[in-house]
Amino acid sequence: MPRLSADARHRVAFVLNGRAVEGQAEPRMLLTDFLRHVLGMTGTHVGCEHGVCGACTVEIDGVPARACLMLAVQADGAILRTVEGLAPEPGRLSLLQQAFRRHHALQCGFCTPGILMSLDNYLRDNPDPREDDVRIFLTGHLCRCTGYVPIVAAALDAAARLREMKETQT
Amino acid sequence: MAAASGWLGRSIERVEDAALLTGRGRYIDDLGVLPGTLHAAILRSSHAHANIRAIETKAAAAAPGVAAVITGAEVSALSSPLVPVLRAPLEGWPIAVGRVRYVGEPIAVVVAADRYLAEDALDLIDVDYDPLPALVDPLAALEPGAPTLHDKLGSNVASDRSFRYGDPEAAFAAAPHRIAVDIRYPRNSCTPIETFGLVADYDAGEDAYDILANFMGPFSLHAVMARALKIPGNRLRLRTPPDAGGSFGVKQGLVPTMVLMAIAARVAGRPVKWIEDRLEHLVGSVSATNRVTRLAAAVDDDGRVRALDWDQVEDVGAHLRAPEPATLYRMHGNLTGAYDIRNVTVRNRVVLTNKTPSGLNRGFGGPQVYYALERLMQRIAGELRLDPLDVIRRNLIPADAFPYRTASGGLLDSGDYGRAIEKAIDEGGLAQLLAWRESARAEGRVCGVGLTAVVEPSVSNMGYIATVLTPEERRRAGPKNGAQATATIALDPGGAVTVHIASAPQGQGHRTVVAQIVADALGLTPADIRVIGELDTARDAWSIASGNYSSRFAPAVAGTVHLAALRLRARLAHSAAGKLNVPAEEIEFVGGKVRARGNPDNAMPFARLAASDHWSPGEASDGDHVLRETVFWTPPQLAAPNDADEINAQLCHAFIFDFCGVEIDRDTGAVRIDKYVTMHDCGRVLHPGMVAGQITGGLAHAIGAALYEEYAYAPDGAFLAGTFADYLLPTATEVPAPLILHTESPSPFTPLGAKGVGEGNCMSTPVCIANAVADALGAATLDLPLTPTKICTLISSREGAAP
Repeated sequence: MPRLSADARHRVAFVLNGRAVEGQAEPRMLLTDFLRHVLGMTGTHVGCEHGVCGACTVEIDGVPARACLMLAVQADGAILRTVEGLAPEPGRLSLLQQAFRRHHALQCGFCTPGILMSLDNYLRDNPDPREDDVRIFLTGHLCRCTGYVPIVAAALDAAARLREMKETQT
Repeated sequence: MAAASGWLGRSIERVEDAALLTGRGRYIDDLGVLPGTLHAAILRSSHAHANIRAIETKAAAAAPGVAAVITGAEVSALSSPLVPVLRAPLEGWPIAVGRVRYVGEPIAVVVAADRYLAEDALDLIDVDYDPLPALVDPLAALEPGAPTLHDKLGSNVASDRSFRYGDPEAAFAAAPHRIAVDIRYPRNSCTPIETFGLVADYDAGEDAYDILANFMGPFSLHAVMARALKIPGNRLRLRTPPDAGGSFGVKQGLVPTMVLMAIAARVAGRPVKWIEDRLEHLVGSVSATNRVTRLAAAVDDDGRVRALDWDQVEDVGAHLRAPEPATLYRMHGNLTGAYDIRNVTVRNRVVLTNKTPSGLNRGFGGPQVYYALERLMQRIAGELRLDPLDVIRRNLIPADAFPYRTASGGLLDSGDYGRAIEKAIDEGGLAQLLAWRESARAEGRVCGVGLTAVVEPSVSNMGYIATVLTPEERRRAGPKNGAQATATIALDPGGAVTVHIASAPQGQGHRTVVAQIVADALGLTPADIRVIGELDTARDAWSIASGNYSSRFAPAVAGTVHLAALRLRARLAHSAAGKLNVPAEEIEFVGGKVRARGNPDNAMPFARLAASDHWSPGEASDGDHVLRETVFWTPPQLAAPNDADEINAQLCHAFIFDFCGVEIDRDTGAVRIDKYVTMHDCGRVLHPGMVAGQITGGLAHAIGAALYEEYAYAPDGAFLAGTFADYLLPTATEVPAPLILHTESPSPFTPLGAKGVGEGNCMSTPVCIANAVADALGAATLDLPLTPTKICTLISSREGAAP
């Protein structure tokens, strides 16, 4: 770990959704604030800033993490993915995003980016989950609008379609 | 009404979702601000009740990046107190002025170059407190000699009103049984995942404020804010962002902070942005009321209820903030629920205690009322050894009685409660659930079944709050009534259609349903229609009822959009008649074309007709230029309270019948919901997917309220639920998939026949779960939340008792 001065701003550089980005941050700046207000990537949301609600979940070096519990300088040199990186191209949605839209698995959409990041990662490692597993996995996220039922349905539907796609590809 | 083949009534994908799923939503904290905008942080009271001897702000003001420090002194010099609904000597400042009355009350605001610097400076402020005794229990606050929060009031009772309908004394005297419940309904909140946020600016040259906030209305509070800021309404421009991260009533509570930050912007001379953090939200934003209720019934041997006697003590916290005590009066026309009970007596007291001031919260008065009423119905069955279902059935309002005027003045628009119940029992499998309970009990398991029937009111009468005033006071104040909804449809020079609504959506999908309605009326597709949901009081059509509360979208706002679309279509048809040389009545709008009925070749593209009065107004027949249509609609059924204190507080009344089965873990006290069935008659269903979303989402809130959530206070007024690790929300493993059933009794009072559906399960579900737990444990008295500790205590007292 490099030694950082609390009073100074430091260069923070990482790969975000496949592109090199950089900005200046004080050591105390949260990764959420850096993403949102320095880089302008406002898709990552802040719901509690104490690691419970999961709205700020991003993928760091392949692992889902709470961006509100991390300092920006800790992400220096890492590979990050955020909700802005999920869709294959502008105007198109990923299979998981499509499933959320089809099942009305979001209402206000504020918790959704974090849930999408977690599920995107989860379904890669767990292509054929049981409903109970999805429910237990989702306990790391708080949603106040949907009652979770359509989120679970969307996740299972997306998993099925992802499996289908893989089968047709092989 | 739209044709069966139309867009309305179909669960189409939402127009909102592509942006929200890709991180391109535009919530308050995602929007750009003017260069030089400052950021605010709030110092909040650590005492529940104390006089402030002094506030030392010099060091904070000199801290790096700090532009200004604002305290009660500045606020009281530049504004007036927020005016309460009641004429009572209560000083409702948005910040402590000389005294703090709840933990979390603002004491000072620091505005600085960024939020980090502003919070640094908060640490440098020194407050010299002179602690006073704190009041947490509303009944203790009633006692003579109790310390007072607002000394000029002389007590802690802001209002004490009694009401009498029918002949309750005779009914109680004649009835063979008097059965009562005592309830302490706790404090909780639906805590949207996006917290409060705003940007305030002040123009000294015009003495005008501009506030952008994720506020949800009601916009009657615009008048309260303008008055507090001592300006006419046209100098308070209030705007909302395109997206908001949930509200559930809670974001009504932004009002005092909007005033506070407007003043901060004025003092600092720069725009000020404030985004509430979660800890602030939990401790200091707003809460539903807690209530102490004693409800007694005069009952015949067969369970028929002849009269009700309500005694409600409403705890609004430290300040009575408009529109409170609305939580207490929203249900005033519905105190008899789904039942035909003609004799009612009511005593309503509004009490101040050292807690966060209360405000709107999903269900708004319904949870408190139905918890008492439906616990009572179960107790009647228990005490008279009757089947709880029979007690419900025996008291229902008969199907041929609609529209039905309740004893206290509510006008129930439509319904067939008996049919809905029989359908729910049949399709939901109540018999199987009861058989499951019996076989589980035979194995020694602790299981119960709960039932509840409720009427879900929607579309607030803007006059109902005046029921708290005496008829004499109302006469002096002038009548208040109605519920103005508005919609504007505009045609642009390319003939495209844009709709503007003033419903301040907070995630429900209003824009999608509006596009469906207008597409149906004009023969277009939802993709052709652009709907704007953000509101700007300086530019848009709006009124006091505008906003997003009392489940008013489907019945009132969607209906008004429908009326505006029909009116625009009629004017366009008139214009097309001249162009196609057929009478206007022969014009139809189909598939993007305007054509003569019976001769589809005599047609023109919709867009060409819609654009024509921009480009060639000289051709318009009889000079009607069809460019824009704005409709205001208010239902005549929403009259002011009369001299007998009868009030139809809400326009629509949906019906809900729920039942559930729970199993209790004897060792841990955990309650598991095995089955939940919820039958809804919300009139015409406009979008089944969204209706299911409202029901399931409301159910989740209600499960939280029933089992986990409480804004708990220590006896000294310390707040005990200040994080999401202390205030526990249900997660995906706690919310079962409910079986949702429907019957449809369209409302005769709304343009589309729809009724509100957003709040019902917050009213029905807490008591349904409690009734199931009471059934499982044989418990008579049960207060929420039913935490494992509480359940274990009940189990041990039951098992300790003699058989």
